[in-house]
Amino acid sequence: MAEGTLPAAPPAADTRWLVRAVIARVQLYVFIALVAAFFALPMAWLVLSPFDAHPTLVAGLAHPTLANFADMFRNPAVRGSLLNSVLLALGTMVVVVATAALAAYALSRVHVPGHNVILYVLLLFSSVVTGSAAMVPIFLLAYDLHIINTITGVVLVLAGGLLPAAIFILKDFMDSTPASYEESARVFGAGPFQILRDIVVPLVRPGLAVIAVWSMVTVWGNFLTPFILLRDPSLTPASVQIYSFYSAGGTANLRLISTFGLLYTLPVVVMYLVVQNRYGFRFYGGIKH
Amino acid sequence: MPPGVPGGAASAAGLSRRWAVGFLTPAMLLIGVFLAFPAIWTIYLGLTDFRLLGPQALHTKFVGLGNYQQALTGGDFLHSLYITVVYVLLSAVIGQCVFGFTLAWVFRQWKGPLRRVMESLIIVAWIVPGSVVAFLWLAYLQGNIGPLTETGTLNTILGGIGLNWWLQLPMLSIVIFNIWRGTAFSMLLFGAAIQAIPPSYIETARVAGASGWQLIRDVVIPRSRGHILTNLLLISLWTFNDFTPFLLTGGGPGNQTQFLPVYVYQQAFQQGALGYGAALSTLVLLINLLIALAYMRILKERR
Repeated sequence: MAEGTLPAAPPAADTRWLVRAVIARVQLYVFIALVAAFFALPMAWLVLSPFDAHPTLVAGLAHPTLANFADMFRNPAVRGSLLNSVLLALGTMVVVVATAALAAYALSRVHVPGHNVILYVLLLFSSVVTGSAAMVPIFLLAYDLHIINTITGVVLVLAGGLLPAAIFILKDFMDSTPASYEESARVFGAGPFQILRDIVVPLVRPGLAVIAVWSMVTVWGNFLTPFILLRDPSLTPASVQIYSFYSAGGTANLRLISTFGLLYTLPVVVMYLVVQNRYGFRFYGGIKH
Repeated sequence: MPPGVPGGAASAAGLSRRWAVGFLTPAMLLIGVFLAFPAIWTIYLGLTDFRLLGPQALHTKFVGLGNYQQALTGGDFLHSLYITVVYVLLSAVIGQCVFGFTLAWVFRQWKGPLRRVMESLIIVAWIVPGSVVAFLWLAYLQGNIGPLTETGTLNTILGGIGLNWWLQLPMLSIVIFNIWRGTAFSMLLFGAAIQAIPPSYIETARVAGASGWQLIRDVVIPRSRGHILTNLLLISLWTFNDFTPFLLTGGGPGNQTQFLPVYVYQQAFQQGALGYGAALSTLVLLINLLIALAYMRILKERR
């Protein structure tokens, strides 16, 4: 073990220690600068190009303008796909929050033998049965159930995948609220639905909000499931629409792609910031797909 | 307990069994039909020569293990599996994990706006939707050949090198992309792990004269083993199942980035071989299960 690195260095070594400290500082800042460049440079294009009248593939702002946004909103494919994304995100969110809240409440309040094992198995299932792994059976299932090419089909498939984690997290919230309020409500004759709506839901509101935001953000960015299940261009959500803008042959319309890309990205970033500020913890950790 | 509750004995909160079953049903139905059933059904589908179009669509035959034989002896699947494993090892297990740990370690004592800015930058790379980051990286690494005949930001900065990243170094490009994309998660998880180590442990080691590296090896890593394994499990699974490579390269050039999800998609939906695709799905599911179970086992042993 090197003993010379103790803070109480002999006076003769003072300058050497100082030089070493300065070099370490400089190394640190160089490292930080490189990391910042590594993460920021690919992103620069998305931040600058939407405001450039003639964007190229190089990030820059040679001809500042806001006209790209007006043009973008005139594009029916953009408007339609954003609306489809909203429908998918809201639809899945409602299904996930409603069914997960009911299930988590039941698991939290009624003793089901081995319920922890069941939850872990479900969680394992949801991390193993991913869209990539199960795209073929999911496609054929949707085909046989006649929900292929429908928003409902995508909502149900996505909800099935999100539910185990949602139940797992909500059950934690439910477990930490006392059941005594519910007992007294029952004494006054309230039914289970009434108790859930008037007592439990207000108590676990932060948990519901986390699940709501998390499911909306996940669905908003999901590409594979709608890509496989929706063939009708009028049902395409923004994730698939933007891909078709740059994967189709010919010259890519950079004004459209950059502007649409930024508008499509902003809600996700905003929702993340809101949750982080409001609840003060990183809900994303561990439950992002 | 008041009488007359339908369904017999009620819990402390007054929820009878029958109501509880009713509350559980919608969620369990959705999970059962759209998560559990496809995973089991694909085993059966993989034993057939099912196609969406053509004669096999009408007369699907049972081909036994023929699809698996085709996968395991045909070369394409094994190639795809091999490059996928390399991709997971380089970009997730080594890249994201080591880089994420380094960042968490460097940031650990910083308070202040610069750290906030850096963390936000790294997290934004992680939360921007995949189809947007795919285009950002196509543009960023663009050389002067290809469908978009302009040069991207990186080549402009590097000057005269003129490397066509996506065509000449597709694997390296996609590995760097995935490190950029996913490091945030490792950084956040390791940040939490390092925060959870009692400061006195680190102080003691410092006073005993441990260097930075010794401190990491002897104190930080042993005390964050659970976090490290959890992290490895999740990022391996995510990378193994990531479909973004399809948006970046479509598996090409040739089959150099034809990772398993891309291969499954191409076989099932572009070639229409749904039976074969279902067999491939089964194999991917099995590999996912093996990764998950292996890490769970390690996690259990270490505790």
